[in-house]
Amino acid sequence: MKLTLKIWRQKNNKSQGKFETYQVEANEHMSFLEMMDVLNEQLIAEKKEPVAFEHDCREGICGTCSMDINGRPHGPMQGTTTCQVHMRVFKDGDTITIEPFRSTVFPVIKDLVVDRAALDRIIQAGGYISVNTGQAVDGNAIPIEKDEAMKAFDAAACIGCGACVSACPNGSAMLFTSAKVSHLGILPQGKVESSRRVLNMVAQMDKEGFGMCSNIGACSAECPKEISLDNIARLNREYFKASLASEKA
Amino acid sequence: MKLDSKIPAGKLSDKWQQFKSEVPLVAPNNKRRIDVIVVGTGLAGASAAATLGELGYNVKAFTFHDSPRRAHSIAAQGGINAAKNYQNDGDSVYRLFYDTIKGGDYRSREANVHRLAEVSTQIIDQCVAQGVPFAREYGGLLENRSFGGVQVSRTFYAKGQTGQQLLIGAYQALSRQISLGTVTMYNRHEMVDLVVIDGKARGIIARNLLTGKLERFGAHCVVLGTGGYGNVFYLSTNAMGSNVSAAWRTVRRGALMANPCFTQIHPTCIPQSGEYQSKLTLMSESLRNDGRVWVPKKIEDAKAIQQGKKTALDIAEEDRDYYLERRYPAFGNLVPRDVASRAAKVECDKGLGVSPTGLAVFLDFSAAIERYGKSEAHSKGMENVSKEQIMAMGTKVVEAKYGNLFEMYEKISGENPYKFPMKIYPAVHYTMGGLWVDYNLETNIPGLFATGEANFSDHGANRLGASALMQGLADGYFVLPYTIGTFLSKEIRTPKVDTNSPEFAAVEAEAKKRIDGLINVKGSQSVESFHRRLGKIMWDYCGMSRSAEGLLKGRQMIRSLREEFYKDVFVPGTSDEFNPELEKAYRVADFMELGELMMLDALNRNESCGGHFREEYQTPEGEALRDDANYTYVAAWEWDDQEPILHKEELVYEEVELKTRSYK
Repeated sequence: MKLTLKIWRQKNNKSQGKFETYQVEANEHMSFLEMMDVLNEQLIAEKKEPVAFEHDCREGICGTCSMDINGRPHGPMQGTTTCQVHMRVFKDGDTITIEPFRSTVFPVIKDLVVDRAALDRIIQAGGYISVNTGQAVDGNAIPIEKDEAMKAFDAAACIGCGACVSACPNGSAMLFTSAKVSHLGILPQGKVESSRRVLNMVAQMDKEGFGMCSNIGACSAECPKEISLDNIARLNREYFKASLASEKA
Repeated sequence: MKLDSKIPAGKLSDKWQQFKSEVPLVAPNNKRRIDVIVVGTGLAGASAAATLGELGYNVKAFTFHDSPRRAHSIAAQGGINAAKNYQNDGDSVYRLFYDTIKGGDYRSREANVHRLAEVSTQIIDQCVAQGVPFAREYGGLLENRSFGGVQVSRTFYAKGQTGQQLLIGAYQALSRQISLGTVTMYNRHEMVDLVVIDGKARGIIARNLLTGKLERFGAHCVVLGTGGYGNVFYLSTNAMGSNVSAAWRTVRRGALMANPCFTQIHPTCIPQSGEYQSKLTLMSESLRNDGRVWVPKKIEDAKAIQQGKKTALDIAEEDRDYYLERRYPAFGNLVPRDVASRAAKVECDKGLGVSPTGLAVFLDFSAAIERYGKSEAHSKGMENVSKEQIMAMGTKVVEAKYGNLFEMYEKISGENPYKFPMKIYPAVHYTMGGLWVDYNLETNIPGLFATGEANFSDHGANRLGASALMQGLADGYFVLPYTIGTFLSKEIRTPKVDTNSPEFAAVEAEAKKRIDGLINVKGSQSVESFHRRLGKIMWDYCGMSRSAEGLLKGRQMIRSLREEFYKDVFVPGTSDEFNPELEKAYRVADFMELGELMMLDALNRNESCGGHFREEYQTPEGEALRDDANYTYVAAWEWDDQEPILHKEELVYEEVELKTRSYK
């Protein structure tokens, strides 16, 4: 298949970026990133600068790949990261627009590569259970209802890619933050410090400059791991409770 | 060079307990003054960095990723072993130890493996406490499943995303230490060289990947948790960025590389579909709990499938060869990885493969779907149920167990695995070889430690499923934090390492020259094209089966490829900017040297064992033929550009009797 690619090119975060147009020949069995590899090999053969994009595991789990494809984070498929999109979803002759994730909190490093360190800092603010190595009790000492464990798992499946932020018209990181608040808050091990956790993580999220959540739901619709909006409801509940009832507020 | 494994004296089962009570400690006031560098933030690196931070050391942690959560441990699917015996099925520390030694084809170190089995139970406790959402039974207790090469259920799991959940646990523990200030995190920093001062590892040169600037970092010791080197084959299940460079740079500074030819070819991966392919995707070994592996009995059926004239469903039951069940009745589809991979190759070599390339076998879930469906119908008291209803109910059960893996398969292959059996083929997955370390996980360079896949010690010639996660976390959480005391207790008088010393300046200058040199070649071929060619040479001559003739040829081919690389590689851009092509270039350059050493190691080992299969050494039935009299040793190589030098550590088996490994 012959494709036209409109790709955002930007030398670094100080320079102005612009779209460049490229032609590439792909086949339907390729993954989207393999199609990008073909383009880059083509550019290198012409002694031109290849397109910088981030990727690593290429099996949808590391959360490194991060581009908007035709205006949608991770492209057209539901519950799928960019690396798992295969070219069979496109047609011969298509024009595809490829941009970096859109958020002022994720500054562009080069071309399609953005800086998502803000997400790490939200986790550092409280996205953990405070237990040192060696302090644990026996694994079976804390029975957890199967469904509750599954709910915690579903929230913990977040890959920290930042698609939710890019999808949100407000640039909010609520889905990301709430997934961690839920994952740890649902489990009995994590309940102990849940007030402190939610207050600190939300404070950090605000400090980073992420936008407010207005329950639009684009985050969950575009999330490659289909993290549910229920998590945002749970965060709001926990935050409300902690703000009213906790001395830590 | 005499290799001292420093295995403590005493009975095997007492060694670790004894060691822990006698190991010299570092007092809390001294820990605060001691700097430790940890390179890599996968399971082995992040767990070590977090735990050392908790203990009070000043830790500097490095990753080339944008975040410590991206390391490739995250992609591990199936699970983590532990000798908990929660299932009351006869498991024990000894049995896990024995299975691992046997699974490794008697080429690992007894004392290390026993220690691994001992601490395995603590890992599960620790991970549960961190909030890892393992699978549970209705009663709320932890669930287990089976993996290859064992006859008990000791694998803990979180759907098909166990590695992700364990890594997030370690990442969160690390994040906590970062927020407390005990760990300083350096993201997008890649180690490009090791600084050795007065014979001890005292720091690293790291390249800031955003600016391209080389930066100096000093410490009292250096820990590498930098993973394996499967990407030397270009196509593997490793992430695109996984590389050997940090470890290889220490080899260039005198560290020994042990058993580099021991690579694991995983039997169940999605087959390659074309020349453009950048990586291969694993389908978890856990699928072999319920999937049956087969090929057509008749070559004409296989041909028809290859040409797309027939599908698996057109082949009658009696015309299918469930070759693993036939050849290995005791373990059936759950034989260890090396055995299953080789068996798939044997069938495909006969022309019985089932994909257009002829390089695939079926992994079929229809029997399991039917079995689960019947059981569901029975438990619901349903009678006169149609086959369709049974299959529909069974499909639901299989979906709950392996749903995400089936989805992943469908996304990649475009075929529905509930209807048609999966097509799978072996692919490079893990490397058992690695930096030589003693019982303390210390390399032959004092003060340089290696944890997880980066070291060689626990898996011998073949790793059992669900044991990589176990080893990475064992090393980082429970072993290194003790054993590092043997070195650091003698360093409490050592002042902060001065990075303005001539040693740092010299190493930095060498690294700069090496990296700039690649930009300055200004040839015409891309780095990627060299990497692909290297991978093909490795796969053809040092892959699933090897021969002396092929290995000699392969080594020569790599040498000439290397020459061509330094004459004709083209790296765009400059070295003082964000330049992913340059990163690839220096990684591939190191892979080429390692690849040569792997060929040499495979050539030296005149026997077949585990994942190392030499065509010249096999039984009449085509099984691996070990030579215990001559090769019960660890081959630890000292790098030399002309002729690397072999050092041997004899493996002494006090507890286990060496036997021919049989899964029949």
